[in-house]
Amino acid sequence: MALLEIEDLTVEFRTASGLFRAVDGVSLSVDAGEILAIVGESGSGKSVAMLAVMGLLPWSAKVSARRLVFDGNDIAHLSARERRRIVGKDMAMIFQEPMSSLNPCFTVGFQIGETLKAHLGLSRSERRARSIELLAAVGIPDPERRLSAFPHQLSGGMSQRVMIAIAIACQPKLIIADEPTTALDVTIQAQILELLIALQRETGMGLVLITHDMGVVAETAQRVSVHYAGQKVEEQAVRDLFADPHHPYTAALLAALPERSTGRHLPSIPGVVPGQFDRPPACLFEPRCRFATARCRDKAPPRQGALAGFALCHYPLTHGRPIGHPNPAGREVAA
Amino acid sequence: MPDQAPRPGAPPTTGPLMFSFVVRRILLVIPTFIAIAFLTFVAIRLVPGDPIEVRTGERGISPERLAYFRHELGLDQPVWKQFLDYLWQLAHGDFGTSLSTHAPVLTEFTTLFPATLELALSAMIFAVVLGVPAGVIAATRRGTFVDYSLMGVALTGFSMPIFWWGLLLILFFSVTLGWTPVSGRIDLLYYFEPTTGFMLIDSWLSGEDGAFASAVSHLILPTVVLGTIPLATIARMTRSTMLEVLGEDYVRTARAKGLSPFRVIGIHALRNALIPVVTVIGLQVGMLMAGAVLTEYIFSWPGIGTWLIESIQRRDYPVLQGGILLVSGIVILINILVDLLYGVLNPRIRHAR
Ligand SMILES: Nc1ncnc2c1ncn2[C@@H]1O[C@H](COP(=O)(O)OP(=O)(O)OP(=O)(O)O)[C@@H](O)[C@H]1O
Ligand SMILES: [Mg+2]
Repeated sequence: MALLEIEDLTVEFRTASGLFRAVDGVSLSVDAGEILAIVGESGSGKSVAMLAVMGLLPWSAKVSARRLVFDGNDIAHLSARERRRIVGKDMAMIFQEPMSSLNPCFTVGFQIGETLKAHLGLSRSERRARSIELLAAVGIPDPERRLSAFPHQLSGGMSQRVMIAIAIACQPKLIIADEPTTALDVTIQAQILELLIALQRETGMGLVLITHDMGVVAETAQRVSVHYAGQKVEEQAVRDLFADPHHPYTAALLAALPERSTGRHLPSIPGVVPGQFDRPPACLFEPRCRFATARCRDKAPPRQGALAGFALCHYPLTHGRPIGHPNPAGREVAA
Repeated sequence: MPDQAPRPGAPPTTGPLMFSFVVRRILLVIPTFIAIAFLTFVAIRLVPGDPIEVRTGERGISPERLAYFRHELGLDQPVWKQFLDYLWQLAHGDFGTSLSTHAPVLTEFTTLFPATLELALSAMIFAVVLGVPAGVIAATRRGTFVDYSLMGVALTGFSMPIFWWGLLLILFFSVTLGWTPVSGRIDLLYYFEPTTGFMLIDSWLSGEDGAFASAVSHLILPTVVLGTIPLATIARMTRSTMLEVLGEDYVRTARAKGLSPFRVIGIHALRNALIPVVTVIGLQVGMLMAGAVLTEYIFSWPGIGTWLIESIQRRDYPVLQGGILLVSGIVILINILVDLLYGVLNPRIRHAR
């Protein structure tokens, strides 16, 4: 049985102009010891889906799921108190903005120790010893002295290391890292990522890595889930995905990688992710898809089988060619 | 390391830097003092009638006697000369003597000030103890009936004229219900020498039966009257800063740790929300003093406010001038303390280089 099982997760926000569906029927599963990458452009609902799993969405969010099971617990139906015993202990999250994710009023030691106290009930001296251990484990030099540092005295990379220390404090079974390196300097990004991967290997925990960066995915993940406008459009093992993307969106994402580009210009996908007001009626990617036909505009696409990467598409690609497409050469989208 | 810029002008709280901050602030106080002295000096002389005319009243006084007394008090001198003399006197630490009691102004002030301080502290505690939780509850229940009711009450309290509010409370609780006394600090039955000047403490120390209860019952209504506006201000301010803070990333982090809502809101969010609230509380001190004057007058509370109002009626120039200067001095001092406290609460400022 998988560590985390999500079936048909939908999240809607109550907004001034009605309900907005940010996550639309997403199903995912993560095994213990596995790294699952979730990729997709900004606004595709990656963060919202994982915040829903953690129970961290604001009251304006309406969450529903056919099945939401973590480590044998049906987390959708737990009381708030029961859920708090899991969140932060067995399932932890790391966020995109390390600098603003730490509380400016409290020391590093306090913020790590708090988790230890809440979940493990450690005494003051035990907390101190364990905090030093954790800071050392995430590669912070001079950990004893750092305990009394305030967040504004730390760089972005150091802050993210502290956030990681907090996340691993209770030896979680799953860590969700939401673009953990996006806000950092390029040189620091690789270090933080390596740290996460190393910790994951050592402890055998599951890791969900949300990222924009296909390069990161290729190096780290075992499985990739591609999201677009709130939907999961494809899911494959990482090698297969890079070798043979089945959804045109995945193919476009990969073609946009600088090292794959053949022309003189960096390719990019024309258009933007649809929002609340310009949601296409059937296939959400249709307006930007070079293979779109009338059928894609009229009829919601079916979910393909495992062989076609669970692609949500009428004409899933095989080696770049759309199967069953009336004009397999595809239409060229005007730039 | 991209440190956030500290609030401009905010003080460091340790070492020689803090010392120089305090010295600078105190030096800045001197021109302020001269300006305040000048304003009160001129204002009281613009009020028709001088101390001698007010004293003699309808009986009148012969022009020769009037001229004699005026000369005695130096009131026959040009006003600018009187003012310079007064400054000279102040520079020697002399606040003058009261024209009506002939006691030194400073002595009268120090005798009466504890009564005012007791009232002001009690009002501030009342305002903070009720205002902060009210603001927190309103913020966490944003947009609900609870929020609207709390903020409605706060708005009403905020716009309540002190005089009218005081009379209303006296009418209801003292006259109609007879629950609380109408005026004073303690029942006339009790007499004991003041040790601290705080009636609550003195009555407790006196060990007399019922003295403490009497002191408490005398303090309740003035506290409510004086504390209402700060209470409303603090509640509204806490609500708005709390709403801001609740949307911050670190609050989400606190929830992601699986902490209880009490810890998330009461510790992680509130600690940050209180930083601006403390500044507001500091700014309230000046208002509080102004309110204390009126409140004391309504309840015949024998403090600085009653003393100042009586000094206006008697045209007791030295008392009014000296009293206002001393009160301003205290307000300024408290503001400096609040600035220091701000640094203590906010680590970003405490550690600013
Ligand atoms: N509290 C909220 N209320 C209303 N809409 C929201 C809220 N939070 C997120 N959304 C919307 O949900 C959609 C998905 O947001 P989400 O943050 O999950 O995107 P993302 O895939 O994580 O993007 P990014 O890569 O930029 O982090 C966005 O259109 C966003 O505007
Ligand atoms: Mg996101």
